[in-house]
Amino acid sequence: MDTLLQQLINGITLGAVYALVALGYTMVYGIIGLINFAHGEVVMIGTMVAFTVIVYLAAAGVPPIAALTIALLVSVVVCMILGWALERVAYRPLRHAPRLTPLITAIGMSIVLQNVSMIIWGRNYITFPPMIDKRIYEIGGATFTNVQVAIVTMAALMMVGLIFLVHRTKIGMAMRATAQNPHVASLMGVNIDQVIAMAFIIGSALGAVAGGMVGSYYEIAHYQMGFMLGLKAFTAAVLGGIGNLAGAMAGGILLGVIEALGAGYIGDLTGNFLGSHYQDIFAFIVLIIVLMFRPSGLFGERTGDRA
Amino acid sequence: MSDPNVLLEAHAVAKHFGGVKALHDVSLTIRRGDIYGLIGPNGAGKTTFFNCLTGLYRNESGHFVFDGARLAADAPHKAAAVGIARTFQNIRLFGNMTAIENVMVGRHLRTRANVFGAIFRNRATRNEEAAILRRAEELLHYVGIHERAHDYAKHLSYGDQRRLEIARALATEPKLLALDEPAAGMNGTETEALRLLVEGISRDGVTVLLIEHDVKLVMGLCTRVAVLDYGEKICEDVPAMVQRDPRVIEAYLGGSVA
Amino acid sequence: MNLRFGKSMPWLGVVLVAVVLLAVPFVAALGGQAWVRIANFAILYIFLALGLNIVVGYAGLLDLGYVAFYAVGAYTYALLASPHFGIHLPFWMILPIGAALACFFGVILGAPTLKLRGDYLAIVTLGFGEIIRIFMNNLNAPINVTNGAQGITLIDPIRFGDFSFAQTGHLFGFTISGPQKYYFLLVALAIVVIVINIRLQDSRVGRAWQAIREDEVAAKACGINTRNVKLLAFAMGASFGGIAGGVFAAMQGFVSPESFSLMESITILAMVVLGGMGHIPGVILGAVLLTALPEALRYGIEPLQRMIFGRMFLDPESLRMLVFGLALVLVMRFRPAGLWPSSQRRRELAEPAD
Repeated sequence: MDTLLQQLINGITLGAVYALVALGYTMVYGIIGLINFAHGEVVMIGTMVAFTVIVYLAAAGVPPIAALTIALLVSVVVCMILGWALERVAYRPLRHAPRLTPLITAIGMSIVLQNVSMIIWGRNYITFPPMIDKRIYEIGGATFTNVQVAIVTMAALMMVGLIFLVHRTKIGMAMRATAQNPHVASLMGVNIDQVIAMAFIIGSALGAVAGGMVGSYYEIAHYQMGFMLGLKAFTAAVLGGIGNLAGAMAGGILLGVIEALGAGYIGDLTGNFLGSHYQDIFAFIVLIIVLMFRPSGLFGERTGDRA
Repeated sequence: MSDPNVLLEAHAVAKHFGGVKALHDVSLTIRRGDIYGLIGPNGAGKTTFFNCLTGLYRNESGHFVFDGARLAADAPHKAAAVGIARTFQNIRLFGNMTAIENVMVGRHLRTRANVFGAIFRNRATRNEEAAILRRAEELLHYVGIHERAHDYAKHLSYGDQRRLEIARALATEPKLLALDEPAAGMNGTETEALRLLVEGISRDGVTVLLIEHDVKLVMGLCTRVAVLDYGEKICEDVPAMVQRDPRVIEAYLGGSVA
Repeated sequence: MNLRFGKSMPWLGVVLVAVVLLAVPFVAALGGQAWVRIANFAILYIFLALGLNIVVGYAGLLDLGYVAFYAVGAYTYALLASPHFGIHLPFWMILPIGAALACFFGVILGAPTLKLRGDYLAIVTLGFGEIIRIFMNNLNAPINVTNGAQGITLIDPIRFGDFSFAQTGHLFGFTISGPQKYYFLLVALAIVVIVINIRLQDSRVGRAWQAIREDEVAAKACGINTRNVKLLAFAMGASFGGIAGGVFAAMQGFVSPESFSLMESITILAMVVLGGMGHIPGVILGAVLLTALPEALRYGIEPLQRMIFGRMFLDPESLRMLVFGLALVLVMRFRPAGLWPSSQRRRELAEPAD
């Protein structure tokens, strides 16, 4: 029983991170129908930048909480610029190209970012300096840390903020209008280029926060970490119904929980044939099952071909 | 038993998108040899009807009976297989394939060669390939664009693209040819040529279903006409009667044709 | 689409190509057997790239996990012809088994995803590539199937009766090394896959693939069962991957998960895309270029960097990857039909975009 609770807690933490990253995929997809393959790499760059700033500030004697906050802010700004540049350089010129073209460009950008990161931060695992005094709490036989509490709280705040932005501001309305019908939106005076750029920028900002969270949760970072994280977050977005913000959030949490439970119980389920290093296959199995039975996701609407 | 002279019957076909009813229990009957016109103001549900008929959409209720059998058109390729070929309102050709290749794709349904045939090029495959090519050439002649056979489809003029789409549809050997606004964007000469083409197709034994905005074309060409308005069929008759129907005049024709 | 190899090339050209192909392994051997192995890999990649060309170039399906099928073929060969399980089946039995198994996985993956939009296939194949790798790495306990990260060694070479491809032998008075023998085997395989590509291009099935690539809705309206036809392309590509994997395992005598990374998939995809999607000579060019590139970087950039910076600034591997990534972006931007598109495509590119 305590394992179940423990895995649930871990799953929700992980899921909060997936949800934030998934939002980046789903916003861009919802508006221009592109899978931004490089999004996982943006998150990775976010982690790396946060790491560099923390190390630098810690060495300069800045108190940990302040250092962490500044690091997060810096990485958010860097990722926003990166997201904007990505759209501008790699995707905007191809907006009317066949579907495969921007997808291939996205892969190209993702390779470039990975290798730039490797050149800057090296090919080894980077250890995050512990910035928060880790406190461990216990509830019903399961434990959780103040880092986990911080992650979940912050993710929740970001999501509330995003919902507010999308539903209560002018740019949010423009985004929703563009997602419905870009052509009509542009006739109504919506600046489509601006809306698309905003989707990338906001998504990247959320990704940067998620990157900081991953760094402080696992306390390590690696130039290839963006790939798996991105794949899983994308799965979360599909699970929730891609293009659907609430769906991405729910899908993220759900996937985190499935993965944690799967990792916790896979040994029992398979008679110890498969161990916990198979954790990564769950996201994929979930993806296949969702695509098979409910390709529009748990919350998405069915859409047919347009003639 | 159904009337052997009837090719297609729609029985109370309904389709809605979200809360919007695009088609409201539409029933109509197309007889063999008809040139059947389906008209109505923009957004009346004409193309939606087409898409339900050709399996692109799934209608929520109602059904079609085609050629004496209930149409299980849950997939477009099945509709094509039983003999319904269509064109698209916003022309959909295979742009980076030549005109003749486009028509050859239309022969897919009525030919059989598989991967092994393609790789080993056995006699049966070679013969079939030659027949496909011959038929495609004939069809390009038939619609009058054979001299453009080896041009990319996307490089053809607008009118020629419409003709190519018809040739491709005819290549599937349809019993019913469904044309979605074939005269849209055409000038007077092109429209006249199109009228002659459709009459020819009809003479050659293919029943035609025509969605069209050009009322003059429909009234001159069609043997029967149905009018849709807000997803409902408000009238179905010979052109002369349709033109006089007060509901049609109110909904769509206004005074312009009288 | 009308550019056909045999017709556009006079017989003199054919003879010339044949002479060059015959000479390559002997000329390369002057620089050492390592160069023969590089030539072999170039041809293996031609085979792989043309297999993928059917999927990506003809049918327009983005397969990002192609290497997974290659891995299935390689491990099938490794497990059925090595001391690992003590099974030593002949290659002509294993290659079809590997192809069939790869095909099977292709169908399992393709069936649920191919009816959906293309990008889902990209993600699912991407995930599949990773899953296969996780299994290769971890399936050494509790039952040792794959021997984990160490991989499987001592794989049997390809053997026709007494004629083994592993040892140096003599033929018509020439001394032929193991790698040189594999070279000729690979050339033969590559010619087969080229012929298959050419013949498929102008066939009923090939036209259906291109039609789907151009406009799926219109293809359906023409009566093409798009899901089955796409599945056919996907499964065929997978089978070619499986065969290439088997040959790879036999040639190397060793397989490990490291050879089947995501980057390998992307490299093969890049060969197809950069060379000229759907255009056979273009794809061959892409495969040769991208095989030669890392070697050129290794032998060219390292000394150059030492000369300029006095130390190794960028290692060739990350530089190669950077060049790859940038090339993908730039080619899509400025030469969307690839470096060597078919002549008709080239003509279009000269025209103003519509």
